Amino acid sequence: MSDFIGIFLAVLLAILIAPHVQKHAGAILSGVTRINFVQRNGVLISTYLIVAVLTWTVVMIVLPQLYMMDYSFRHNLLPNDIGGPKDVHTLEHYRYLLFGRPGDVELMNWLHLKVFGRTILVSVLITLVDFALCYPIAYYMAQVAKGGKARLLVLCLILPFWVNEILRAFAFRILFGTGGVINVLLVGMGFVDEPIDFLKADVGLYAGLSYAYILLMIFPIYNAVESLDHNQVEAARDLGSPWWRIHYRVVMPHAKPGIASGCTMVFMLCAGALAAPQILGGPSSLWFTQIIYQWFNTGGNWPRGAAYAFVLLIICIVFVMAVMRVFNVRFGEIAK
Amino acid sequence: MSADVELDHVTIRFGDFTAVNDANLRIEEGEFFSFLGPSGCGKTTILRAVSGFLDPSEGEVRIGGKNMWGIGPNKRPTALIFQNLALFPLMSVADNIAFGLEVRGVSKFERRKRADELLSLIALSDQGEKLVTALSGGQRQRVAIARALAVEPEVLLLDEPLSALDLKLRQHMRTELRAIQQRVGITFIYITHDQGEALTMSDRVAVMSAGVVQQIDNGTTIYNDPATAFVASFVGENNPFSGKVTKADNGFAVIDSKFGPLRGRNNQGLKEGDDAILFIRPEALVLANGKAQSENVVEAAVVNEEFEGQFVKIYLKGEGPKDIGLSVINDASTELPEEGQTTRIVFDPDRAVVLPVGEMADE
Ligand SMILES: Nc1ncnc2c1ncn2[C@@H]1O[C@H](COP(=O)(O)OP(=O)(O)OP(=O)(O)O)[C@@H](O)[C@H]1O
Ligand SMILES: [Mg+2]
Repeated sequence: MSDFIGIFLAVLLAILIAPHVQKHAGAILSGVTRINFVQRNGVLISTYLIVAVLTWTVVMIVLPQLYMMDYSFRHNLLPNDIGGPKDVHTLEHYRYLLFGRPGDVELMNWLHLKVFGRTILVSVLITLVDFALCYPIAYYMAQVAKGGKARLLVLCLILPFWVNEILRAFAFRILFGTGGVINVLLVGMGFVDEPIDFLKADVGLYAGLSYAYILLMIFPIYNAVESLDHNQVEAARDLGSPWWRIHYRVVMPHAKPGIASGCTMVFMLCAGALAAPQILGGPSSLWFTQIIYQWFNTGGNWPRGAAYAFVLLIICIVFVMAVMRVFNVRFGEIAK
Repeated sequence: MSADVELDHVTIRFGDFTAVNDANLRIEEGEFFSFLGPSGCGKTTILRAVSGFLDPSEGEVRIGGKNMWGIGPNKRPTALIFQNLALFPLMSVADNIAFGLEVRGVSKFERRKRADELLSLIALSDQGEKLVTALSGGQRQRVAIARALAVEPEVLLLDEPLSALDLKLRQHMRTELRAIQQRVGITFIYITHDQGEALTMSDRVAVMSAGVVQQIDNGTTIYNDPATAFVASFVGENNPFSGKVTKADNGFAVIDSKFGPLRGRNNQGLKEGDDAILFIRPEALVLANGKAQSENVVEAAVVNEEFEGQFVKIYLKGEGPKDIGLSVINDASTELPEEGQTTRIVFDPDRAVVLPVGEMADE
């Protein structure tokens, strides 16, 4: 909340100050207006843009993260001790994630590491599933369907997302629960004798997560594929190419930036999801974010939560960078 | 290596719209055949039916005697060069050329070898590693041709491949295309709305208008003996004079034009009383300059003169809104009329054609 007030004040300030700067400080002005960016957008608008973007990145993104990072290197102290002699930097929390409590029988903190590994692995799988589901839809919308049909499809894809995340997650519970629609159908039609506990097997979670980020996969790919000249697809076909090779050699290389940005977003958001695992996760399975949440919340250990969150963030970034490296995608491209 | 292409009563409809109406023609093996027509007349549609991107609503497309219905573009012995080339911008020149071979599972070594051969055919040796985006327009053109030739098609289809080039390069590429066709000896089907291109390169030309094939013949015949008013007005410049046929005999017909009776060849079998148009080319019109002439005399006021170097273009007030144009060779001996002056021009009936009234090409 205070972030919001901060940015609001900064914007207000910018709007109030800018005309004064313009009026009084002629020398500054003539220097400033020589900057290309200012020339293009005018003094008022460029001031607003710079201040707004800086406020946004610094106040809302960089500062809190730095604060959290610092936090993750401190002991979890009682309020009285903060600022006192005990308040020193430490690797305690990172050590905890790796090795657990000192003196534990286990060498490593397998419980948390396993959850971590599983979170990453499942996120990768969900990203792959989403890609496999969305690529054909995106291709169809971008290259095959014409006008009205494509728009209808977009609408059908977007509308369900008006329902909020929590409600959607609970809907999946209803769908996949032991007394849920799917089980009723399966038992009713005699495919199985007993209802299957999909939620316990995490099927509900995987399905929920896959569905949650589908749009973030479709639209970047759609954008990228749409800019492909359809003649190239036809040229490849005319040269004798079967459909799969057209995609592999012509469409996908062209859509690579879109695919990369879709996959990155889905993977990151999936690994960082909280609501879906809370609602749809089986009783015995945890998502890494749930552990983080526990440290912050019931565990009352913010520094440890911060350390865990940082490890997740860093590993995700490293992983994404590595994958992009392998597929030869440059970072600038995914912003296109 | 090469195959003939037949269109047998081919009609192509998009919904209610008929894009190609009952086309019948046979393109011989090894022929350079052009479709010429204004924008939107159905040229690309015909080409897509031959290459397999669409099937005719009625009739048959046959290649080498075989009905192609339902056979996809990747299974036909044709290769298409697109209006915008559609090279693969993310692949190198050599990879572009070798794409069709890659598809056919040819080994990397063999592909490389074929690509090198084709690169030297199109005079781009040693440029195989470049990206196609690094090439000039004319070079890209040649890469597109090489890419199509790499799959050793029996028929090469070209959809206005030169339209994006500037005039100089276009003329150069015409000669080059013709030379490549003679070297590889396969059937070329070429589409253009540029008559110069069609007439200089082709063995035969089909002139189309609004989905209908109007005339199929070699360039000379198309120019000298147009079969319809559309062909006469679309190919080259032509001066129309309309009127009713008053006499038809010995292969000639006389019409009663606004300028008096005019006589020309009657190849289309017009009879007395038919509505007709007589066409005469600007270069067949001559200034009477006082000489007495018994027939085919047109008297009109000069509205404009344009000096073109080798020729002087003179425009006279015509029967309609369009002026009558004639080209006079620029030699000092010819006396040119002044602007505004009424002058007499004459022509040889052998060089005029009388055709049934019909759709005209708009300039
Ligand atoms: N897929 C389609 N659906 C509906 N109408 C079409 C389709 N393709 C072509 N047409 C119509 O058929 C007619 C002929 O089109 P075509 O592309 O064959 O013209 P063209 O002779 O190649 O013209 P240009 O010289 O401009 O390329 C046009 O009126 C066009 O609007
Ligand atoms: Mg066309």
